Amino acid sequence: MEKLFAIFTDYTFQTVALGSALLGLISGVLGSFAVLRRQSLLGDGVSHAALPGVVMAFLLTGIKNTEILLLGALLTGLLATFFIMGIVRHSRIKFDSALALVMSVFFGLGLVLLTYSQKLPNANQAGLNRFIYGQASTLLQRDIVLMGVCGFVLLLFVVLFWKEFKLFSFDPEFAASLGFSTGKLNVLPSFLIVLAIIIGLQTVGVVLMSAMLIAPAVAARQWSHRLWLMVCLAAIFGALSGVIGTLLSSSYAGLPTGPVIVVCVTLIAALSLLVAPRRGILHRIYLRRKTRAYIESEGGGVS
Amino acid sequence: MKEKDFAVRVHDLSVAYDMKPVLWDIDLSIPRGKLVAIVGPNGAGKTTLIKVMLGLMKPVSGAVDFGEPMTKKLRKQIAYVPQSGSVDWDFPTTVLDVVMMGRYGHLGWFTRPGKAEKKLALDMLEKVGMQAFASRQISQLSGGQQQRIFLARALIQQADIYFMDEPFKGVDAQTERSLVALLKDLKEQGKTVVVVHHDLQTVEDYFDWVTLINLHVMANGPVKEVFHEENLARTYGGRGLLLKGAQ
Repeated sequence: MEKLFAIFTDYTFQTVALGSALLGLISGVLGSFAVLRRQSLLGDGVSHAALPGVVMAFLLTGIKNTEILLLGALLTGLLATFFIMGIVRHSRIKFDSALALVMSVFFGLGLVLLTYSQKLPNANQAGLNRFIYGQASTLLQRDIVLMGVCGFVLLLFVVLFWKEFKLFSFDPEFAASLGFSTGKLNVLPSFLIVLAIIIGLQTVGVVLMSAMLIAPAVAARQWSHRLWLMVCLAAIFGALSGVIGTLLSSSYAGLPTGPVIVVCVTLIAALSLLVAPRRGILHRIYLRRKTRAYIESEGGGVS
Repeated sequence: MKEKDFAVRVHDLSVAYDMKPVLWDIDLSIPRGKLVAIVGPNGAGKTTLIKVMLGLMKPVSGAVDFGEPMTKKLRKQIAYVPQSGSVDWDFPTTVLDVVMMGRYGHLGWFTRPGKAEKKLALDMLEKVGMQAFASRQISQLSGGQQQRIFLARALIQQADIYFMDEPFKGVDAQTERSLVALLKDLKEQGKTVVVVHHDLQTVEDYFDWVTLINLHVMANGPVKEVFHEENLARTYGGRGLLLKGAQ
């Protein structure tokens, strides 16, 4: 108990936990829209595509500030989104193929640049590879402030455009027939999702970031039948996983924070798929049994 | 200038997907205040035609003319019932919410639907016989119920022209009759209703104007004048007689 108290009052823990909670909250909210728009995998593409941006930002500026690196990540992340959407719109290649193509090319380029930068005689490049799997313990107070500000702006957009996002996620063609600009409504949510991913890179890394986007949303969908409830629950699940993951990795030596957070959020999702009322697997099995018993008791079914 | 007598016109309209033409040199005029059926075989370009009219697809050539420029004001006068299969019905929302979406164009950016929209949505649900389902989760609806929700969502737009893509698909016969009565009411109020329709048997009962298309416009006129075997045979490539049944 004393040990737990000691962890909670520890300044580093507080910083990392706050950062992870923020990340979980933001990715939960925007992930809900990604999942409902059937663009779950877009997050995976964007996060992988962020790697060359990080390394290029460093190679070009020689500065290792998180802000500069994430700006690079944002640019290549957006570029990748742009390519994926462009390929889908202007060719007969489907979304999944376009995504796989762009994602592997960008990630490959990122790895090439990373290896190149590590061969440079300058020692300053050490630590860039933390963006692959993330390293929450490197979160500083100023990183938290950055996350907080970006998160606030993102959530503000979601609140302002709530009605439009809802309509556009459900029926984009009808939205267009009402005169809402499909261009704006296609780009804005994608842009916000990209931003949410970039915010999380330092904590969970490019490889695992898409789980933070998808898992809270999938879990929340199981428990809710209203969009606002789904979004709130996804935010709570995300934030909770952030805190629990940080707590676990601070309590046991050798547990990396980012991956532990991802494991937590995946467990929540798995549990939700299993036990949620109505949509859960167990409830469905129970219902089927009950229906069969009823049919048999009424003289139907197998004799 | 005399009052325009058409609801919508298209001139020299051609649409193609990858060099393959779907609509070819379409010229037609749809009169105001009529119940109009767009009829043709599968792949004839019916859905494409109404999507182009709605501005959802860009034609390769040609133009759509509502008699005035496409402004926000005109947009509000155009309602759309897409095929119900075009959306994910597992979306987490209620029947009432979906119907209220029909008012979003009137509300414009940022404004949220309020009491007035809710009341209107309930009225429209009553018209399509779905008021008991208002707070229902949409994933629990049958195909016919989904169609009726989409119809209610178009009715709430209180438009002048309605474009409907197979609104009777999956609807039982009794409900279909009540929905047709609803469309006839709209016509009585001077609205124009353009319906992509599949059932040749009911064209004469339901509609007063018909557009037969199959890549080209095969016929466009009052049902009594143009909905005959010769035109149907041309549209369906000789199978029209069979399709129309014993008459």
